[in-house]
Amino acid sequence: MSVSRRRILASGAVLAIGGLSSVKSGEALAGTTPPDVPEWMHEQGRPILSPAYGLPSKFEKDVVRRIREPRATDTEAFSVTPLQNLHGIITPNGLVFERHHAGVPEIAPDQHRLLIHGLVDRPLVLTMDDLLRFPAVTRIHFLECSGNSSTEWRKSGYHSVQRTHGLLSCCEWTGVPLSTILGEVGLKPDAKWILAEGADAAAMTRSVPIEKALDDALIVYAQNGEMLRPEQGYPVRLFLPGFEGNMSVKWLRRLKIGDHPWHTREETSRYTNLLANGKAYQFAFEMDVKSVVTFPNADRSFKAPGSYEISGIAWSGRGHVTRVDVSIDGGATWRQATLQGPVLDKCLTRFRLPFNWQGQPLEIQSRAYDDKGWMQPTRSSLIAARGTNPRYHFNAIQGWKVAADGVLTNAST
Amino acid sequence: MRALSISVAVGLFFFAGSAFAQQARLGLGTPATPEQIRGWDIDVRPDGAGLPPGKGSVEQGEKVYAEQCAACHGEKGQNPAKGFDRLVGGKGTLATPKPVQTVGSYWPYATTIFDYVNRAMPFTAPNSLTADEVYSVVAYLLYLNDIVPRQTIMDAQELKKVKMPNADGFIPDGRPDTDDLKCKANCK
Repeated sequence: MSVSRRRILASGAVLAIGGLSSVKSGEALAGTTPPDVPEWMHEQGRPILSPAYGLPSKFEKDVVRRIREPRATDTEAFSVTPLQNLHGIITPNGLVFERHHAGVPEIAPDQHRLLIHGLVDRPLVLTMDDLLRFPAVTRIHFLECSGNSSTEWRKSGYHSVQRTHGLLSCCEWTGVPLSTILGEVGLKPDAKWILAEGADAAAMTRSVPIEKALDDALIVYAQNGEMLRPEQGYPVRLFLPGFEGNMSVKWLRRLKIGDHPWHTREETSRYTNLLANGKAYQFAFEMDVKSVVTFPNADRSFKAPGSYEISGIAWSGRGHVTRVDVSIDGGATWRQATLQGPVLDKCLTRFRLPFNWQGQPLEIQSRAYDDKGWMQPTRSSLIAARGTNPRYHFNAIQGWKVAADGVLTNAST
Repeated sequence: MRALSISVAVGLFFFAGSAFAQQARLGLGTPATPEQIRGWDIDVRPDGAGLPPGKGSVEQGEKVYAEQCAACHGEKGQNPAKGFDRLVGGKGTLATPKPVQTVGSYWPYATTIFDYVNRAMPFTAPNSLTADEVYSVVAYLLYLNDIVPRQTIMDAQELKKVKMPNADGFIPDGRPDTDDLKCKANCK
């Protein structure tokens, strides 16, 4: 029998059966589940290179970045990562959250230059070709905007973990240790701070302490094995592991070495932490230890009673996660979750805990610890220390209420 | 130093004369010329370093502001369009539950206004104002915030002398600062 005849017969059979049964939406179509053999086993599938750069299945079309709320502009704006749809620790490149201050510039790599000057012996201009010749390293690190979850200072009412915690992603980054490049230019003895400047229309700038620059800072050109996405700073960005995301300046065009910080707009007007007493923490760099449950979530929760796995992610900008506890009773009692290895410094760690739901209402929380001895605080103790005016560095325990019908809501509302 | 000498010696032993020899410097990149640096070196510091020549008056700034800034930031910096920053007012609100963080109430250094307006504003045409225009709009914003008098002619010398009301409002990062976050062991 020819392929085409078989295909016609098979689809005819599907139609005939479909006509007899009333298929509810969401259920498998008759003819595709046992004992029937589905149509796609009777014909050739899609050819190779369709498309040449592969895309997710069309059935995953809702797994996308989203905005939290409409903003005045769509270039001074941000989008959030769908944490509820992700597995493991790596964020696919197309789902890495965006935070831009003047949109995404389109930069041809052969037109891009990195200028390094200031308190150095030999100011240099580097091309992308130059950068790709340096000895490279690859590291897996999270990137978190310090504004992540900041809506929870004042109870956001968001039920989606994408909206509460989606200014967070984790990638494998490849590039050159900044210390190597500073060795090329030669630091003068009074070099204490480095100004990093982007080639976007905001010429975004942050001051970076020299200790961080000489420790684990990277000049990154690749993420998850391919060149940076434009939204992530193509062709080259700074990457400061564990520090607030804003400091990892994208589209990096200039490093100026100086003896004092610059007090740029992004480290005075923004990215400072206004306390209840009217004073503000400035140069608050490290992202504190934090975790969040990503299953169950507002999109996909418990349905029928029975076995499930509670799962989530934990991280610390000060080191690596050593332990995650999970509570189902709003923090009254805790069970230790299993950490999925490898557990890396300044990197997301997946945690899991088997759970048998009996249909009772729950308040699920997670609480992370890191190797420096820090523990994730409760929301109330964070507010006791800093009030509700800060817009950054909210790392408190997140609660999710699960009702008897399985519907999940933000416990802080 | 001695360990370094030994490792260099070992390196020479293995790679002497070979293309894999460890080098102190890689010799990559091109020396940056003073002209190249001048074209990109736009940053300004609180001590005035980086401020270019030029000057501007409050009156000139009022005109520049009306043309370039008011559409988003509102007339006199007070009533911005939704989603844009208010630039004026907010004095005495920082320690309240509804802080109004403006240039006048919150920003610690006036030089930062020059730096930011020069590099990133106006929003629809960043990096397009002349130094005189930037000085004048900085003068106007400081005047609206009652920080400089109306007759001010702003230039590099004047700008670095300006003392902002919230200059002492910033303290070093105090985290971790919660009871729950108390360090248990081996902490920095």
